[in-house]
Amino acid sequence: MQNSKFLSALFAAGITFVLACLMIGVKLDTEGTELAVTGATAEQWTWIGLGIGLVFLSQLFSNQIDAFFGKLPKPKLGGLLPEEKKRAALKPWLLAALIVGMLVWPFMVSRGAVDLATLTLIYIMLGLGLNIVVGLAGLLDLGFVAFYAVGAYTYALLSMYFGLSFWMCLPISAGLAALFGFLLGFPVLRLRGDYLAIVTLGFGEIIRILLNNWTELTNGPSGISGIPKPTLFGLEFTRRAKEEGAQTFHDFMGISYSSSYKVIFLYLIAVLLVIFVIYLINRLMRMPIGRAWEALREDEIACRSLGLNRTTIKLSAFTLGASTAGFAGSFFAARQGFISPESFIFIESAIILAIVVLGGMGSQIGVILAAIVMTILPELAREFAEYRMLLFGLLMVVMMRWRPEGLVPMKRPHLELKS
Amino acid sequence: MSQLLLDVNGLTMRFGGLVAVDHVDLAVKHRQVVSIIGPNGAGKTTVFNCLSGFYIPSDGSVVFSGEQVAGMKDYQISRKGLVRTFQHVRLFSKMTVIENMLVAQHRHLKTDLISGLLKTSSYRRLEQEAMDRAAYWLKEMDLLQYANREAGNLAYGQQRRLEIARCMVTQPQLLLLDEPAAGLNPNETKELDELIVRLRDEHEISVLLIEHDMKLVMGISDHIYVIAQGAPLANGTPDEVKNNPDVIKAYLGEE
Ligand SMILES: Nc1ncnc2c1ncn2[C@@H]1O[C@H](COP(=O)(O)OP(=O)(O)OP(=O)(O)O)[C@@H](O)[C@H]1O
Ligand SMILES: [Mg+2]
Repeated sequence: MQNSKFLSALFAAGITFVLACLMIGVKLDTEGTELAVTGATAEQWTWIGLGIGLVFLSQLFSNQIDAFFGKLPKPKLGGLLPEEKKRAALKPWLLAALIVGMLVWPFMVSRGAVDLATLTLIYIMLGLGLNIVVGLAGLLDLGFVAFYAVGAYTYALLSMYFGLSFWMCLPISAGLAALFGFLLGFPVLRLRGDYLAIVTLGFGEIIRILLNNWTELTNGPSGISGIPKPTLFGLEFTRRAKEEGAQTFHDFMGISYSSSYKVIFLYLIAVLLVIFVIYLINRLMRMPIGRAWEALREDEIACRSLGLNRTTIKLSAFTLGASTAGFAGSFFAARQGFISPESFIFIESAIILAIVVLGGMGSQIGVILAAIVMTILPELAREFAEYRMLLFGLLMVVMMRWRPEGLVPMKRPHLELKS
Repeated sequence: MSQLLLDVNGLTMRFGGLVAVDHVDLAVKHRQVVSIIGPNGAGKTTVFNCLSGFYIPSDGSVVFSGEQVAGMKDYQISRKGLVRTFQHVRLFSKMTVIENMLVAQHRHLKTDLISGLLKTSSYRRLEQEAMDRAAYWLKEMDLLQYANREAGNLAYGQQRRLEIARCMVTQPQLLLLDEPAAGLNPNETKELDELIVRLRDEHEISVLLIEHDMKLVMGISDHIYVIAQGAPLANGTPDEVKNNPDVIKAYLGEE
C-alpha cells in the first residue's frame, strides 16, 4: 500500500516534469527568419522544480489531505436559516425585498457593474436551463452552447433580414432552439452517459462550424453586427431614433440623453427574464414531468417498470433546457449588438456545466449562486490575467474535494399528506 | 381460457448459444398467488424480464388479460396492469417516499405542461387523488410516518415494502415479485406473507412470485411452477410439488 502510493506519487511527479518541460522549459522563438529553441531561465527552472515537488508530496500524502478536507467544517447553510415555519412566513417578504433590491440597485452603481450584472443574469439563465438537462434529468450535455447560439443567431438573422423586433424574436428563438433540441434529442437520447456526452459535444461543434462556414447567411467568422437593442413599447434607447417615425426614450420622457439608461434597461429586462425562467422551472420541478426527470436520473429501469416512457421524458427535458438557452441567446445577441461564432465555443459549454455542478445538481439557488461566483470572480481576478484559468481550475478542484455535492445541495420538497 | 389472467405458452429466451428459458408455460388465474421456484440461475428472473417487456422473448406467446403482450415495450405492458419488482431493490433513492409514490402514478396524472403551469382544476383534482392513493398505500405498508424521508435512507425492509407500495399505487392486476423475502428477517417475512395474502383476498389482484424461502412459498401459493436450467420441471399444488421425486432430486435434494 505505502509502496504503491510512493510509486503513483513518483509517476505524477514524472508527468508534471514532462509537461512542464514541454510547456515552460523550452520555447520556440523566431530570430529573424530562423526558429530558435530557447531554454527556460534559471528562475523558471526553480519554479518548475518546486511545482514537481509539490505534486509529488500532495500525491504521497493524498490520504492525509483528504482527511484534512473531510475535517474542515462544512458550512451548515440550513442551520443559519430560521425554522421551517418562520421561514415559510418570511419567504414572500424576503422575495419581495430581493426583487425590489434588484430593481433599485442599478440606479445607484456604475455602468460597468450593471453591465456585469446583466452578463451574470445571462449565465444564470443558461445555468438554469442546463440544470434541467444535467441536474434533474441526469443527461450529460456538453454541447449546450449550441442552443445558445441558435437563439442568438435566430434573433440576429431575423432582425437583419426581416427587421423583426427583439420582443417578437424572443419566443421564436426559444422555439427554434427547442426544435433543435428536439431534433438532436430524438436520435441520441437512447445513448447513455459518456456516449451522449460525446454526441452533444460534437453537435455543439457542428453548429459553431456551420455558423462559421455558411458565410452567405451568417457572415461567417466576421459575425453579425448592428443588432438592434430591445425597445420599450417602441421607444428606442439610442441618441437618435434609428427608424423613421420612431421615438427615443429620452425624448418621450423629456430628459436628456444618457447611455446608462440603455444599460439599466437591458439589466431590467434580464431581471424579468430570469424571474420568468425561475418561476417556470420551479413550477415544472413540482409537476409530474419534473418528478419524472429526476426519477429517470435516479433509476431508469425502475421508471420503465412503472410505465414511464423514457424517450418522451428525456426529450422534454432536452427540449425545455434548449429553449431556455435559446431565450438567453436572443437576449445575449440584443445586449451585445454583435455576435460571431467565437462567442459560442466549447469553453462556454464547459463554464455553464461548471455552474451547474458547482451549484449543486438540481438546486436552483445553488445554480444562481454559482453563476454569480463564476462571472464575478474572473472580473475580480483581472490582475492575474494569465493565471485566471489556473485559479478557475484550482477553485473547481478544491470545491469538488470539499463539497462534492455543490454549494447548495438540492432540498426535497415537503409534501403534506392528509391521512 | 378466458378466465386466465396470464397465459404463457412456450416462452423461450436465448442469449446467443445459451438458452436461459426453454419452452416455459405458465397460467395465472384471477386472485391467485402463483410461484416460480428453481435453483440459482434457473432462469426465473429472465422469465420476469420477458413477461414485463425488458427482454423481447425469442419465442412463445404471453397473453395478458386476453391480449398478446410479447414484443410490446416495457412501459406499455406495465400500463396494462402487469407490474414488477426487482431482485435488487430499485428505488428513486434521492427522492422522498411520497415522491416515489407520485412518480409511479405518472400516467394517472395530467402531464401536459399547460394545465400544470396554470394549475387547472382537473390538474389539481388528479394530483390530490394521486396523493390520497399514495397515502392509502403508505398506510397499508406501514410507511406513512416516513412519507417525507429520502427513500434511500429507509431501512432495508422498509425499502422492500416501499417498492411493493410503489407498484400497488399503479393499480395493477398482476404483481410480479422477484424474491421479495430476500434479506428480510423472520418477522418481516411473516408480515410479507400476510401482505401477499391480503393483496390477493382484499385487493383482488394476482401475484406471481419468485422466492427461495420454501416455507413462504409452500404456505401461500395456489400453484407452483418449478423450473431448472431454463426448462419446466414440474408444476402443481404445493403438496404435489413437495412430493414430486424430480423436484426433490433436482431442487430440494440439493439442500
Ligand atoms: N442479459 C443476459 N445475457 C446473457 N445471459 C443472461 C442474461 N440474463 C440472464 N442470463 C443468463 O441466464 C441464466 C438465468 O439467469 P436468471 O437471472 O434468470 O436466473 P435466476 O433463476 O433468476 O437465478 P437467481 O435465483 O440466482 O436469481 C443465467 O445463466 C444467466 O447468466
Ligand atoms: Mg433471479
